[in-house]
Amino acid sequence: MSILVDKNTRVVVQGITGREGLFHSQQMLEYGTQVVAGTRPGKGGEWVLDGKVPVFDSVQIAVEATEANTSVIFVPAKFAADAIFEAGDAGVDLIVCLTEGIPVQDMMRVRRYLDYKGVRLVGPNCPGLLTPGETKVGIIPGNIAIEGNIGVVSRSGTLTYEVLYALKENGMGASTCVGIGGDPVNGTNFIDVLSLFEDDPETDSVVLIGEIGGSDEEKAADYISKSMTKPVYGFIAGKTAPPGKRMGHAGAIVEGGEGTAAEKIKALEAAGVAVAYHPEEIAEMIKH
Amino acid sequence: MKLHEYQSKKIFADYGVPIPKGNVTSNPTEARKIAEELGGRVVVKSQVLVGGRGKAGGIKLANSPEEAEAMAEQILGLTIKGLPVRKVLIDEAADIQTEIYLGITNDRAARMPVFMASAAGGVDIEEVAAKTPEKIIKVHIDPLLGLQDFQVLNLAVGIEISRDLWPQFYQVAHGLWKAYKEYDATLAEINPLIVTGSGQLMAVDGKMLIDENALFRHQNLETERDLDLEAESETEAKEFGLTYIKLDGEIGCMVNGAGLAMATMDIIKHFGGEPANFLDIGGGANEEKVAAALRIILKDPNVKAVLINIFGGITRGDLVAKGILSALQEVQPEIPMIVRLVGTNAAEGRRLLSAAKMITAQTLAEAAQKAVNASKGEF
Repeated sequence: MSILVDKNTRVVVQGITGREGLFHSQQMLEYGTQVVAGTRPGKGGEWVLDGKVPVFDSVQIAVEATEANTSVIFVPAKFAADAIFEAGDAGVDLIVCLTEGIPVQDMMRVRRYLDYKGVRLVGPNCPGLLTPGETKVGIIPGNIAIEGNIGVVSRSGTLTYEVLYALKENGMGASTCVGIGGDPVNGTNFIDVLSLFEDDPETDSVVLIGEIGGSDEEKAADYISKSMTKPVYGFIAGKTAPPGKRMGHAGAIVEGGEGTAAEKIKALEAAGVAVAYHPEEIAEMIKH
Repeated sequence: MKLHEYQSKKIFADYGVPIPKGNVTSNPTEARKIAEELGGRVVVKSQVLVGGRGKAGGIKLANSPEEAEAMAEQILGLTIKGLPVRKVLIDEAADIQTEIYLGITNDRAARMPVFMASAAGGVDIEEVAAKTPEKIIKVHIDPLLGLQDFQVLNLAVGIEISRDLWPQFYQVAHGLWKAYKEYDATLAEINPLIVTGSGQLMAVDGKMLIDENALFRHQNLETERDLDLEAESETEAKEFGLTYIKLDGEIGCMVNGAGLAMATMDIIKHFGGEPANFLDIGGGANEEKVAAALRIILKDPNVKAVLINIFGGITRGDLVAKGILSALQEVQPEIPMIVRLVGTNAAEGRRLLSAAKMITAQTLAEAAQKAVNASKGEF
């Protein structure tokens, strides 16, 4: 079992003919993901990846032709909002947007629209999802994680890889890993994923990887203390970050004494979450 | 990106918000001429991107063109909170009866813009928000609908503005919203919006912050960027697509991914060291980017050791190693370098680097400990 994506997930890749889109579609296929379609306006009718994946002009046509139920977006930031609107309109169940650098006003409109439509978005500015042994939707390297019963949810990319790899080195695996992304306005938040893990019979414990900025970790802590029965382990990046500076991720900024690592760690510990000093320590904590 | 007062007010005026007559200059003689054209009595305002300009002596009232020239000369010689004053705005002096605050910003938690208004304008709004939050009226704007007339009415009623000013208030509020929206602002603020003796609304100070991610839609603004705000090294990093932030420690860091970069800084601190910088080389970094990153790190004279932590996904370990080697030939540093490569093509990368006698590590904790020891001269 898993959450959000599994072996039955049928993926349409928006922007499949671009360099990143093509490379990662190949990686997903090799992992066993059902990449059933790609889109690129003006290239409908072509095939890519040795004739394995058909290209369509639009998501709507791709969904009608292939019954794709999940879209993954590799479209540049300039065009990403339109791509998300397009996927939402075409009727997929899940949209995963990897694009970094989407203007925040675009994301506010996108999020409002998807809320009206009732469509789930993961991201943007995220590495996507991985259900080890079944499917990967996004760019998380498949070989760094093994099947298991630990749910992983993270605002970061490579930091997530670090944790998955440390778990694997210690013989532990993940049920599903969800990268929710580092932007201030995103689609799916910690609480959404925590509640899915809480209800997933194959997930025994959860790892939450947060970072400075915003108040999502504090809200997650509140949810954990009220509604979670499964043990949660945490890590917060940015303890040494200076205030007022944007630390790479658009969302990672400490504003006016809010969103500091210390506040988040305190909230999580108060909710009974064991918080690690460094990412590799999480694996050791779960072991004991 | 922060805009200067004169830039922000010009944008507001383009959307129908009345502003005082005035002009910007970096020359005192020019300042006198502008003051003459404006009729003599003017305000001379330093254009620097920090708060508290008034208290620092950066805003002065001049009663004649000669006074304006003298004050411009004096203010142009100031450095306010570390920033040199390069321009002054000469505005006609306004007849201020009442001061109102108006601002639009992104409410991250609500995922919507929020329009704020307060009758307690002219002062530091953060202070009003902290001490008397009930004096700030807030209205959330649906990003798909935009600002609606009834919302402006609620703001006007909320701050008890007199009814005869409502038509002008509608114009100002909608103008500010359009400026915020069209320019992809993360903040558009008028403080104060004044009521003059003759019953006119006028924006005498303005501030805008523009979303860096949206600058592709506003390329005209890029030429107006004030580079005084950024360290030279940060600007150089940006040219190579790197994110670099200078800090005060002694261990230079090069990492791929923002979250991992922060975690790497944290673990250095955990083992008793201090990071010298935040540096994210981004996804898919190539040889050229890595070399540029290393050059930038090594320019900092405080750096006593360098920690390179790369988790290869899109980024390939062998290319990172080649970038490091080519940068080493160029700069030939005498300080220890600790490298940890994991993931795609990491084995090949490690082989290239160990041939170059670099210190390698398997885990993040091991890498950090070695870097901390090396920075203290212990091996």
